[in-house]
Parts: sequence; structure tokens; C-alpha cells
Amino acid sequence: MTLRVVEPGLLTTVQDLGRHAHQRYGVPGGGAMDPFALRVANLLVGNSEADAGLEITLGGFTARLEADALVAAGGADLRATADGVDLPNWHAARLLAGTSLTFRGGAPGCRGYLAVAGGLAVPQVLGSRSTLLRAGIGGVEGRALRNDDLLRCGSPSPLSERIAAALAGRPGAVVVAHSGVGVSLRPDYSANPTIRLLPGAHVDGLTNQSRQELFRSPFRVSSESDRMGYRLTGVRLELTEPIELLSEAVVFGTVQLPPDGNPIVLMADRPTTGGYPRVGEVATADLPLLAQLRPGDTVRFRPCSLEGAQSELLARERGFELLRQAVALQHPSRT
Amino acid sequence: MHFLLSPLGDGALLITVGDSADEATHRRVRAVSARLDARPIAGMVECVPAFATVAVHYDPAAFGARPYETMSAAIREALEGVREEELPSPRTVEIPVCYGGEMGADLDEVANRAGLSPDEVVRLHVAGDYLVHMIGFLPGVAYLGGLDERVAVPRRSTPRAAVPAGSVGIGGGQTGVYPIVSPGGWHLIGRTPLRLFTPEAERPTLLRTGDRVRFEAISADQFRDLAEGA
Repeated sequence: MTLRVVEPGLLTTVQDLGRHAHQRYGVPGGGAMDPFALRVANLLVGNSEADAGLEITLGGFTARLEADALVAAGGADLRATADGVDLPNWHAARLLAGTSLTFRGGAPGCRGYLAVAGGLAVPQVLGSRSTLLRAGIGGVEGRALRNDDLLRCGSPSPLSERIAAALAGRPGAVVVAHSGVGVSLRPDYSANPTIRLLPGAHVDGLTNQSRQELFRSPFRVSSESDRMGYRLTGVRLELTEPIELLSEAVVFGTVQLPPDGNPIVLMADRPTTGGYPRVGEVATADLPLLAQLRPGDTVRFRPCSLEGAQSELLARERGFELLRQAVALQHPSRT
Repeated sequence: MHFLLSPLGDGALLITVGDSADEATHRRVRAVSARLDARPIAGMVECVPAFATVAVHYDPAAFGARPYETMSAAIREALEGVREEELPSPRTVEIPVCYGGEMGADLDEVANRAGLSPDEVVRLHVAGDYLVHMIGFLPGVAYLGGLDERVAVPRRSTPRAAVPAGSVGIGGGQTGVYPIVSPGGWHLIGRTPLRLFTPEAERPTLLRTGDRVRFEAISADQFRDLAEGA
């Protein structure tokens, strides 16, 4: 199967779950901004959760299928259609060759994901297919998609074949699976979420007032926000005295405080290390909510313990595992 | 060896072995890093050594319950008896640099600010014995210690929007090489034809933590020859 890009949209890139062995060489982790959405979309089409798909920013994307395909959309609901027929988010669908697949865009949310059975077969670079724009590696020539790019897919798994065969039994050029991801498993995307924040190594360096404001005030996502990081504006946070820090590792979700007092949340394409004070780290379970914010949206933080964040994450993983089992059970192997 | 463990979010932790960017701290960082490489812990994803810390990224989902406590206990056990003496001897990497001219547009300015001639700046830069304290920030960026204080001029007041790959710069107390095209605030004194970041290689950077680095002055002709061979 091959996808031909007809309209690339604002920023559409190939992403998987990122690079996980090369941060010691300064290579950012990268990967999908909303990894949960990509994993779920992959699972719905019978892929490995780490297969590469498309991350579509805000919409405006159209591609043409050069062969029959099994696809699923997840993440922000960017109002996908196949030859004008609505494709509900969080559901697998079987489409015929020649179909035009469009993500028009919609709110809330910022990033939609398209998984295709077999995964996108761009070359791996340093163990991942993710596009890292800053270094010009991964994806399609290390860049965002353009018109007429051809995206070849890998061989569908046996499970993908069974899912596609089940849908092929129903008439129509566009066949959508009856069951998708239950509402309880879908992230609660919003344009003004409250996000769990683990207090960071230097949170006690904040003035009393700033420490309270960090967990009380709304922060606006500024227009200087991208896959590397979100610059937040609102109240300026102040340290009681400057903190001199040697560069050391940071993570997806680290909230840094540069001297101007406007916090920066480091996102998927963050640098591997940083030298600004760290006032918090976003709970991994809440990163999808953050990844779906657009410039102008607002976010609030609420404190969260390490135990709380990790047990939430384990619960999320159990839900994911149930979904995986449900997909497999609905499409049993005949042998 | 004395060290402290602290959480870095819910999927990583920091092992702190010191609080300054000196060589003794650096040897402890390398010893911890080497030990964890030699004895990987289940659930550990990767280690990131820095000036005075080693970060361990781990997968909380690999643990049934209390991932941080379990990981911390496993790290304490793995680091039992770790000593600096276990380190292999460092590599020395020679980096040929064409100083001044178009490739080092700020050499004269650095010389002026330092009260030296451009040749003296080059001589002092080449004479240095540098240590790669850490690799970080962007692919292949090496944080080098060992710059002669006489050429340690402040950063440019206005950073450049795009510094060419291979540019060699001085800024604040630091010197280094830009591995990929990026914005930058260092004064540019030269350029190397070597590739510092090779994403097609499994070990994608020329420099690694713990390396010793020496710069070697080359002519523009030698630069061209080496660049063609690279």
C-alpha cells in the first residue's frame, strides 16, 4: 500500500514512539507528541503500537490511497473523511484504492494521528522512523510532508489482515468498524485542561507567592510553541535567588524556568539536557492533554505525587492492554 | 562512592555524584555510567551522563507497583562498590580546524577583545588539552572543559540565526564545535571539515563523554581536501 500526499497541511510528519537509546549522544527522544493516540490508532488496525504513522497538525491534510487500506484516526478529532464520508475518530476503517482521505481540522485539539495497517515504511534512523526536524533526520528526508510525497507501508500483520477481512464482508467503498475505543479510554482533550505536575527539583527555589501561583494561575500557550516546547505566559514566576545549574538531563514534560520568569514545558523534540531551573515535570499520563493544546489555549497545573503519577500511568497501561486484548479477541486466528 | 538519587518526573531519575564541573566529578559520572552500561537493569531505557549527574530513563510500566522505589533499589545494588578506577583510558580525538578567514569570521574580534593577535588566539586554542565533560542539548554537542582563560571572551551580543555545521566557536568560558546547522551565540574562530554527527552510524557522534580533544590548525587547501574525503 502506498499513500500519495495531495495536500500536506500546515505540518504533517511521520512519527513513531521516538528514539530511546541515543540521548547520551545528544539525540532528542522525539516521537509522537501524543504517544497514547498513536499507540491506540496503531492497535485498532492490528499494528505494533510502535509502528510509524502520521502526525497531522490542525488539519488541511489530504492523501490518496494507491491500494486498498485499513486505517484508523486518533488523537484530536480533525474531522477525517474518505471521499466525503465521515470517518469517526478512534475507529478502524477499510478504504478502497483511489479513495481520498482528508483531515479537515476541528477543535478541540491540535494533533491528529493516522495509522495505516503495516505502518509507514520510511527508513529507520537511530532506531526510529520519527521525523526530527531540527536535525533533519527520520521520516521523509527529515522534513515535513510535501505534495506528491509517496509513503509506502509495510506488510500488514496477520491481525491486520483479519480486521480488514472482517470489514470487507460489508458493502461500500468506506467501511467503518462498529466498535472503537470506549469513551472511558479516550483522553479528555480540552482547550483549558488542568494537568498534573510533579513538583520539580527547584520548586522550593520559587518565592512563596510564585509557588502558589504555579498551582493556581492559568497559563496561556504562546505562539512560540512547537514540538520542542511550549512557552507559557501569564504570571511571571520568580525565584528567591538565582539558581546556577550545571546542564543535566531533562524529560518530555519538564517545566523549565528561564530568567524571564515565563515557564517552558519541554515537549517531544526537547533537547536532551538543559541548564535552567526545573519547577516541575508533567505526569506522563497527562502529556496527551498537553500535546493537544494550541497557541492561545490555557492550562492550569495541580500538584501530584510521584506515587500518584506512576499509579495513574500503570492504570492507563492496563486500559491499553485491555483494548489490545479486545481487538485480538474480536478477530481470532482460525488456526 | 557517595551518590544521591532523586526523581526526574515519573519516568526518570537522577544520580547525583557532585555539584561542580571538575574532572573528579566527571570521573565519578563516567564510572556510574560505565557500571550501568555493564549491568543493565530490567526496565531501564537509557542513561544520560552530564556534568555531575547521570539520568536513568526507565519504563514505569515495566514494574508491577512502586516503579521509582523498585528502580532506585536496583540502581543502589548495581552501583555497589563502583569505583572510578574501573574506567578505561580516554580516547584522544584530533580535530583539524581551518582558523580565521571566512570560516572563522570572528577571529579578529576575539583577538581584539582578548588583547592578543589572531595568531596568538589560534596558538592558545590549539595548545589546549580539552575534556568532553558531556554530550547533550542537540545531537553531538560536546561540552568541553579546558579553554585557556586568556581567550575566554563573552558570547556575541546577538546570536546568529544559522551557524554552519563544523563551526568552531568560543563563548563565555567554553569552546566547542557546532555539529549541525543551528542558531548560535559563540564567536566563530574556525571550521572543521569533520562530521561531528553521523546519524547513519550506531554511535552517531564523533565525540563521546570522557574523550580528550585536541585541535590542529590546517590550511584552507587542507580543509578542502579533507572535506572532499569526508
